Amino acid sequence: MFKKFSHEKIEKNSILLLILTLITVAIGGLVEIVPTFLIKSTIEDVKGVRPYSPLELAGRNIYIREGCYNCHSQMIRSLRSEVERYGHYSLAAESKYDHPFQWGSKRTGPDLARVGGKYSDEWHRLHMADPRAVVPESVMPGYPFLERRPLDYRNIESGLRALARAGVPYDDEHIANARADLEAQATPDADIDGLMQRYPKAQARDFDGNPKMISELDALIAYLQMLGTLVDFSAYENADFRQ
Amino acid sequence: MAISGAPGTTPPGIMTSSAWAVVVALIAGAFLFIAIAANAQDAPMAVHAWIFVAAFLAGVMAIGNRHMNAMQGGALADDGTGYADGVVKAGAIATLFWGVTGFLVGVVIALQLAFPVLNFDTDFLNFGRLRPLHTSAVIFAFGGNALIATSFYVVQRTSRARLAGDIAPWFVFWGYQLFIVIAATGYLMGVTQSKEYAEPEWYADIWLTIVWVVYLLVFLATLARRKEPHIYVANWFYLAFIVTIAMLHIGNNLAIPETLTSSKSYALFPGVQDALIQWWYGHNAVGFFLTAGFLGMMYYFVPKRAERPVYSYRLSIVHFWSLIFIYIWAGPHHLHFTALPDWAQTLGMTFSIMLWMPSWGGMINGLMTLSGAWDKLRTDPVIRMLVVSVAFYGMSTFEGPVMSIKAVNSLSHYTDWTVGHVHSGALGWVGFISFGAIYCLIPWLWKRERLYSLALVSWHFWIATLGIVLYITAMWVSGILQGLMWRAYDAQGFLEYSFAETVAAMHPFYVIRALGGLLFLAGALIMVYNCWMTIKGRYRESEPLSVPAPARAMPQPAE
Repeated sequence: MFKKFSHEKIEKNSILLLILTLITVAIGGLVEIVPTFLIKSTIEDVKGVRPYSPLELAGRNIYIREGCYNCHSQMIRSLRSEVERYGHYSLAAESKYDHPFQWGSKRTGPDLARVGGKYSDEWHRLHMADPRAVVPESVMPGYPFLERRPLDYRNIESGLRALARAGVPYDDEHIANARADLEAQATPDADIDGLMQRYPKAQARDFDGNPKMISELDALIAYLQMLGTLVDFSAYENADFRQ
Repeated sequence: MAISGAPGTTPPGIMTSSAWAVVVALIAGAFLFIAIAANAQDAPMAVHAWIFVAAFLAGVMAIGNRHMNAMQGGALADDGTGYADGVVKAGAIATLFWGVTGFLVGVVIALQLAFPVLNFDTDFLNFGRLRPLHTSAVIFAFGGNALIATSFYVVQRTSRARLAGDIAPWFVFWGYQLFIVIAATGYLMGVTQSKEYAEPEWYADIWLTIVWVVYLLVFLATLARRKEPHIYVANWFYLAFIVTIAMLHIGNNLAIPETLTSSKSYALFPGVQDALIQWWYGHNAVGFFLTAGFLGMMYYFVPKRAERPVYSYRLSIVHFWSLIFIYIWAGPHHLHFTALPDWAQTLGMTFSIMLWMPSWGGMINGLMTLSGAWDKLRTDPVIRMLVVSVAFYGMSTFEGPVMSIKAVNSLSHYTDWTVGHVHSGALGWVGFISFGAIYCLIPWLWKRERLYSLALVSWHFWIATLGIVLYITAMWVSGILQGLMWRAYDAQGFLEYSFAETVAAMHPFYVIRALGGLLFLAGALIMVYNCWMTIKGRYRESEPLSVPAPARAMPQPAE
């Protein structure tokens, strides 16, 4: 059989070469990627994971804009030293509403998958303004401009709508209330009943120490403070997450 | 010159109906972006829309200008019958320009990590925005221009055919530069999808798709008019690079824009699937952009410069098909011990280890091509650069499979070891093979007898090599050190080091790394000077012309 085969046919026909190349390079991706959409156990069945509140989403967009993912992972690997340093290893379910994912690839700074609640708002404020004021060894850039800039949330409804199109369960009520929810979450003593019902466990307060303005820092701290706080791990055994 | 595709065609620059179609499309595009600019939801979108408008109108003027020159006729250097080398010349210059830019930004961000005060507390100059600027500048601007320029040169020579299309190759070149400018200015303004090596936002991605499809068509149409019955091996690799990058680019950039006049989009796929698709893309940006494309370069310039045939025809067939088949599977090794299903991690690791063999097949084929011409390593610093690049390729394609093993990866992942690994491939393999190819091309394209100075090539080679050695050894030490510190336990069974302590331990290595990068940049500046003088037609006088004695005027004995 192999005697009859000659590579000559392929290298004399550019279209044949093109088609065979395309088939060859398509196989690996199809075999690896398609099953992750089809196999149900890829995403663990856990309670508590919900879409981001509008303020958290705005904060996440600032996290992306400033390139935080270049130095901070949000993916605790299932290794003893990581679990002891950062907390329970990350579940696929915890990023099932993340468009895009923020797992990262480098830890010039520590993992942030469970940074929520580890530090006070005040710590985050000082740290963003001047990282070396609170961590002398840090090589993180300072972001003092975040607290000075009012958050631009003109397009927050469009953002939720785009995410809904990608499959995130935001319904009309979420989208209609997006602006009000965002403002309520960052304003002290606002009426947050609707917010809490739509986004359970949302933390509502003035995050940046300046109640007069909803700043970019408000949104960023609101995002950081919720990271990794949605799943109650005391309700599960490790065996529940076996894939 | 016996090449095909020339006779009977319209001379370059004369307006044909397809040229008019391009003009109409550019004007329509300009109006579209004026409308977008008028309704822009954010400042970056407005800036970018105006850049598009300016670029499209400049394109219309350039086409008109070219037409006027062609009508005045006669004295054209390019009469449309020879090889189309103007676009290759432009690509060679762009490669040098973007190379220096990308290396410079690399040195800046290396210094920022060593001395964080250099972030200056600003938004547009902080590490988070400059890092994608660096990676995109070196991979896509420097590497991409080197690939486009050399592929256009090689496909013409090995097919004995003129490049297909008149405006099309120039559209590919300038369209690609426009993509680079949009991407780079976007990063500085905070426009990013946050997917590594695929940071540009949705509209830049659509633009690149258009440019890339034209690139594929130009390449295929040139192959179609070849006079050689066989498609030369370098072109297999270039073709695989072009078509696979198209597949990866489209797959990984599927996103839903906030609005059609907003620079912000949301990725179509969530979490674990998004991560897998990203690293399917990310690892094969390495595999097909930084490997297959540059192997195409190797398969032309190494045999040409060494004046020896490729070592093994059979090996090139075997390693071509196995390389492109296996590479695609390797992506999940970026996600070991994460929330990606175990089976996918294991597949990724298995194929990464298998990948060692086809990679070394390419290395062996490149190195053994020197058989019978090893003496040229002593006499020709350009060959030395090409050969050492293949050696670096062999080294990093051995290191890669080692790092893909889960036990090793548990230590190396998230550390500087990965950064060092990438740079032994990027500086050593991609950088040096491109430098070697450009050193070949500059005298060939500008019809010079030789480079201005081979001694300066030697200086470039040694300074850059020293820079690479400093860089990768510093990253090996810092990466392994940090990995070990993260997992170190004290006698009581507690984690021994706080994260901040491991950051402090990195400082000396970050300084050494910055020094290594600075040396690499210095070498590139020497190269720019050398190429510039060559293009000007100067030869450094203390050096003999490297052509056989009878070819030049020898002092004659008195009669």
